Amino acid sequence: MEFFLQNLINALQWGSFYALIAVGYSMVYGVLLLFNFAHGDVFMVGAYIGFFVSSSLLALDIFGGLALPTGVSLGLVLVLTLIISMFLNSFVGMLVERIGYRPLRAAPRASAAITGLMIGIILETGNLAILGPQRLAFPELIQTATINFAGVSVTNKKILIVGVSILLTLALDQFVRRTKWGMAMRAMAYDYVVVPLMGISINTIALMTFALGSSLAAAAGILYGVAYPVLDPNMGILFGWKAFVAAILGGRGSILGAGLAGFLLGFIEIFVATIFPSTMRNLIAFGIILVILIFRPHGFFGEPYSAQMRL
Amino acid sequence: MTTISTPLPTTRQRIRTTLSRLWRPYRSVPLLGWLLAALVSVGLEQLVGLPLARTLGMSKIPALFGADVALSKPALIPGVVLFLSLIYILPIGIVARFTAPFTNKVAAKLVSYPLIITAVIHLLLIYAVLAIWCDISDYRVLVARLAMIAIILTLSLNVVNGYMGEFSCSHPGFMALGAYVASVFTLVLFVSENQFGEALLPPGLGPFIFPLTLILGGVVAAVGALLVAIPSFRTRGDYLAIISLAFMFIVKSMFENLEIVGGARGISNQPNYASLPVVFVWTVLAIWIINNFVRSTMGKALNAVRDGELAANAMTVDTRKTKMAAFLFAAFWAGVAGGLFAHVLRYINPDSFGIRKLAEVLAMVYFGGLNSVTGSIVGAVGLTLISEALRPLEIYKWIIIPMMLILIMIFRPTGLIAFTEFNVERLFHPKDKASEGAEDATA
Repeated sequence: MEFFLQNLINALQWGSFYALIAVGYSMVYGVLLLFNFAHGDVFMVGAYIGFFVSSSLLALDIFGGLALPTGVSLGLVLVLTLIISMFLNSFVGMLVERIGYRPLRAAPRASAAITGLMIGIILETGNLAILGPQRLAFPELIQTATINFAGVSVTNKKILIVGVSILLTLALDQFVRRTKWGMAMRAMAYDYVVVPLMGISINTIALMTFALGSSLAAAAGILYGVAYPVLDPNMGILFGWKAFVAAILGGRGSILGAGLAGFLLGFIEIFVATIFPSTMRNLIAFGIILVILIFRPHGFFGEPYSAQMRL
Repeated sequence: MTTISTPLPTTRQRIRTTLSRLWRPYRSVPLLGWLLAALVSVGLEQLVGLPLARTLGMSKIPALFGADVALSKPALIPGVVLFLSLIYILPIGIVARFTAPFTNKVAAKLVSYPLIITAVIHLLLIYAVLAIWCDISDYRVLVARLAMIAIILTLSLNVVNGYMGEFSCSHPGFMALGAYVASVFTLVLFVSENQFGEALLPPGLGPFIFPLTLILGGVVAAVGALLVAIPSFRTRGDYLAIISLAFMFIVKSMFENLEIVGGARGISNQPNYASLPVVFVWTVLAIWIINNFVRSTMGKALNAVRDGELAANAMTVDTRKTKMAAFLFAAFWAGVAGGLFAHVLRYINPDSFGIRKLAEVLAMVYFGGLNSVTGSIVGAVGLTLISEALRPLEIYKWIIIPMMLILIMIFRPTGLIAFTEFNVERLFHPKDKASEGAEDATA
């Protein structure tokens, strides 16, 4: 039982990265019916932005004058980093939309997927070219404290990561369900042709979709940096593709579904890695996903639809 | 009263008219003429290339049309340009133009023979050009073989992504299956002293059994494709994209865990069976068969499924069967390409068949053009050559190539040469006025 709980907590942490990235995928896929293959690399860029923001905040020492305890001032730095990086990274997402997706509105969907893929490669290589191949160490923003609870040890980092990711996913879900903007997004997912006739600008909604997804990806990047403080330019590739799988597994247009599927993917991977040799992780995880998709081809919360609707 | 004044031609128009005037005589050059000219040009390179390159300051003949030399040593650019024009552009231009009457006559004669004879003669000429061009350096041989394998791979992916209009991500997986199966067979049967023990058959038989192992690799890939096809073709939508992606990860991960084939280290020392002529023959076979497939009733049914599955169904097309057949067919060729790839590089590991490979193949398909055999050939050869030529730029290559692709996608969303038919007969026709007139008369 303790073993199970311990792994459950690890899985929750690992799944939160997938969940946050998958939600971004799911937004673009649900609203625009497009694959955003650059999203994994947007996550990477988010992590790097987080690195630079937090490093410069620490260097500037803006809370130095307040004479706060170290833990609190570091925590404030983390919060500021999250907010600033999410804001900055949303522009990266909008840039991706503007360059790779808007000129291709009338083109086949697959062409837009290719531009996304290529923008992803440019982001990776650009990072490699500018910052060089050495890995960067994310600054330590939280002093690790371990809480022992019923034989299970939980670090405060894990609680923070899981908490923030669940909170952000729920917040986004509420945004899409309750606000007028969210209604416009849902309408666009429902019918691509009629929505512009109702006075809603496709371009604005598309930009917003990308911006929201990218800011969540930035949050995922910073949380990843908090948990595993090593950043490298290729870290987004595998995360991106796996989150893509999770997004589809969740069902089209369902944000909670994508989040849940992200956590599920985390569970599968962690439990496979503890029971079998860790090299079998991808094999078994994707095998399970294949079986799930055979029985639920539209994902957990998705509804059948025709891809031709978009064209 | 109106005054008619002709505006002075702009610079752009002037350039255009000059170009078209220059190009006019070449319109009547048949394929045969171009091939003959290319033969002369590569022969010239073979004979005087080295001394010419030396006098122009290069240590050896520039391997890929001078791009590598020009990028690594910009001071040599004038020399490279001079070399290119003296060896390639001028001879090809002169020979193609002045032999045009003769080659047209020969082409007209050839057209009256059965197509197979004409085709074989053209293919022999193409092979001669290629072989002489490759004779200069081993690097050229490698690039040529990789480009031809890329052609097979791109064509087979185009069947799914272009002709069928689905988005498949599993081609690296099929390639891996073909590569591993073919490698294991050749290693077990013909190579001693490796993890599989002594050779079972005399190594002399190897080159003759090699095609069988390739076909076996293709068949295994097709069986793997069944695993993707059965769940994903029940409904239309993006399930193929996701299931095929999962399949690719599964295959890669499977080979990483199979210690008998080297695990993550991969297998090496495949015998050198995939020589230039072998790869050439397989490429020609692939182009021929795939082209016939997409022009057949099945291919047309495939297009119908893409453009409207319901309508196709109403027109008595068995959509599920058509999609399955096309997908397995594509997977077979991807497997064959994988087998060739393994025997060209003579070293494979699971990492060679990952996301990078997928991005590469997808880029080739969409660069060349969807639904087009010509486009696939152009895309595969073009992207292989560009990526080899930009090698001196190191990592900046991976910024320039994606940017180029983004621009192509923006201005031609379906690729450079999309939605065309590859008509071989038409290709061999003489191009001069007399024979065109004759053709019209017969038509």
